Amino acid sequence: MSNALSHESAALKAYAEASGWRLGWAKFRRHKLAVVSLYIVGLLYLLAIFAEFFSPYDYSDINRRHVLAPPQAVYVVDASGQFTWPHVRALKGQRDPVTRRLNYIEDPENTFPVRLFAPSKPYKMWGFIPLETRFIGVSTPNRQASIFLLGTDSLGRDVLSRIFHGARISLSIGLVGVALSFVIGIILGGMSGYFGGWVDTIVQRTIDLLQSLPTIPLWMGLAAAVPPGQDPLVTYFMITVILSIIGWTGIARVVRGRFLALREEDFVLAARFSGASEMRIILRHMVPSFASHIIASLTLSIPEMILAETALSFLGLGLQPPAVSWGVLLKDAQSLQVISQAPWLLVPGLAVVITVLAFNFLGDGLRDASDPYGKV
Amino acid sequence: MNEPLLTLTNVEKHFPQSNGFLKPAAAPVRAVNGISFSIAEGETTALVGESGCGKSTAAKLITSAITPSAGKITLRTRDGNILDVGSLRGRARKALWRDVQLIFQDPFSSLNPRMTVKQIIAEPLRNFDIAHGQEATDLVADLMDRVGLQPGTMSRYPHAFSGGQRQRIGIARALAVKPRLVVGDEPVSALDVSVAAQILNLFQSLKKDLGLTYLLITHDLSVVRHSADRVAVMYLGNIVEENTTAALFKSPRHPYTQALLSAVPSQDNQDKPRIVLTGEVASARNIPTGCPFHPRCAYATDVCRLTAPTFEQLPTGGRVACHTPLEFMP
Repeated sequence: MSNALSHESAALKAYAEASGWRLGWAKFRRHKLAVVSLYIVGLLYLLAIFAEFFSPYDYSDINRRHVLAPPQAVYVVDASGQFTWPHVRALKGQRDPVTRRLNYIEDPENTFPVRLFAPSKPYKMWGFIPLETRFIGVSTPNRQASIFLLGTDSLGRDVLSRIFHGARISLSIGLVGVALSFVIGIILGGMSGYFGGWVDTIVQRTIDLLQSLPTIPLWMGLAAAVPPGQDPLVTYFMITVILSIIGWTGIARVVRGRFLALREEDFVLAARFSGASEMRIILRHMVPSFASHIIASLTLSIPEMILAETALSFLGLGLQPPAVSWGVLLKDAQSLQVISQAPWLLVPGLAVVITVLAFNFLGDGLRDASDPYGKV
Repeated sequence: MNEPLLTLTNVEKHFPQSNGFLKPAAAPVRAVNGISFSIAEGETTALVGESGCGKSTAAKLITSAITPSAGKITLRTRDGNILDVGSLRGRARKALWRDVQLIFQDPFSSLNPRMTVKQIIAEPLRNFDIAHGQEATDLVADLMDRVGLQPGTMSRYPHAFSGGQRQRIGIARALAVKPRLVVGDEPVSALDVSVAAQILNLFQSLKKDLGLTYLLITHDLSVVRHSADRVAVMYLGNIVEENTTAALFKSPRHPYTQALLSAVPSQDNQDKPRIVLTGEVASARNIPTGCPFHPRCAYATDVCRLTAPTFEQLPTGGRVACHTPLEFMP
């Protein structure tokens, strides 16, 4: 009779009929840091995708009147101590009589209110959508009006805008590089785990060899092989290929490990007894069991890619200006002199730290959630 | 007597051992070392023995999960043909699983956690092209009802079921193809005693309703006494004694069988002295010469150490491989 069923609560029924993905999501949500990181990562990608709109300026706009200007603060209290609409103060350049260095002082009398969805010079989103509004800006189209929330670089370009634009390359290189590593890793790792024997030996020893190579000299060698003066897009793909040459090894190991572990599971033998073909056993019975593990380990390898790109570009082996990535931006902060005089040029480093931490926490959460049937 | 459903003739399974690169190969593990027995249709045969005696390997050989190193396994198919199980490949091997199915020991690892009960039980229906769509759903409901599960729970995942219920799901999956021989590899050893009894009773009623033939692989003699018609006792890859359950329990003829039986707690053997075997089971890599049981046998003589015993037919219908069998006790 079905009355035993009707006595059971809806919650129990929902639990009983919850798929692995649903259980995993429930487990993921309990990992608070990972959930917060998911939002941060989402926000970062949103900023990168709509970088033109969120940046107050064009990333290549040169501002000769504001070279190496410090970050401008947003005030909510005016000179007379009254609360007002948030505003920034005009910067006045003054040359130091002794060192001849240009210093900037804020003029409390000359203020510009900060506006959201501010009108701006016409620009093109993604190179083809004409827009005349930016997310943030100063309202007055005044030559003195400026909003450099993170200061400017040695050519007077807005650091914040450059970070947003740099996010495009730095964040996407992680995804593209991981996608490429994933394809190589899943094919070679899958073959290694599924066939075993000499295929396994060859793949595993190749991985050992690749992992034993010192990475920076290898990158340098490969980067030197990329002909200079190429289209930045070509360089970009070359860099992802170089990163994936090392990157696939980790994923291949994970895939192989899961194949070996699952091959011994009784339910795989049971599937064989149920008449499933080899292809069906792999795709229907094995892949769903390790897809979540793969997603977690992919997430954990994205920050490695981002760090590698940053390191390559910082060393001058990766992307070259005028392309912007976080590594390229950090290259501006290579000299001690710059760091002591314009410490805000290190802020792209902070962006790298936040991104890498967010991806690592997210990956941790996904890894915990990837086995929803294990003990908590 | 009708022709046996399944016959094993001198079946061996040796697992070669490799110690890795540049090391001499070790002696192979002789898991199954020349066993012969047959199972008559409609009978429940039990294969008993302690851990490592090769009984699970025998189950894998019979279900064609692995192939024998030597010897012959034959199955009489529905249409009377004789199938050589050990040599099956590809499509023919798949066809075998319409006749022979396995019930696993571990009800947790034998069900894919990411498939619903309906998907699990419908898997053989789909793969053997038995039923699809609504027809398959109806068959799954029938099967669940037959093994004592509520068909209304078919959209649930295995995590919502207890060990006993999961074992019922595994039984329903095995029965989906309407097999003739069901091999149970320790099917109740992972379950509580009360749940195990329910599952054994389910086996009995299914056998009556569907005309199944069982091979129960177990180390638990109370399971044997409860369910089996015939028993074969294995020791170190060899069968040492075989008989009807009643005769074997009443008068074991092999010293090893006697020792096994004396270890079963029971009402009527309380005052009998328990026979405790000395020593350890020898390694399957290094099986003793002569009778494999001789180092632990209290009755061993020089003959036992030198020559392996052959089977002696018993008047009770069984056979025993021993140079000095125990007295028959009527």
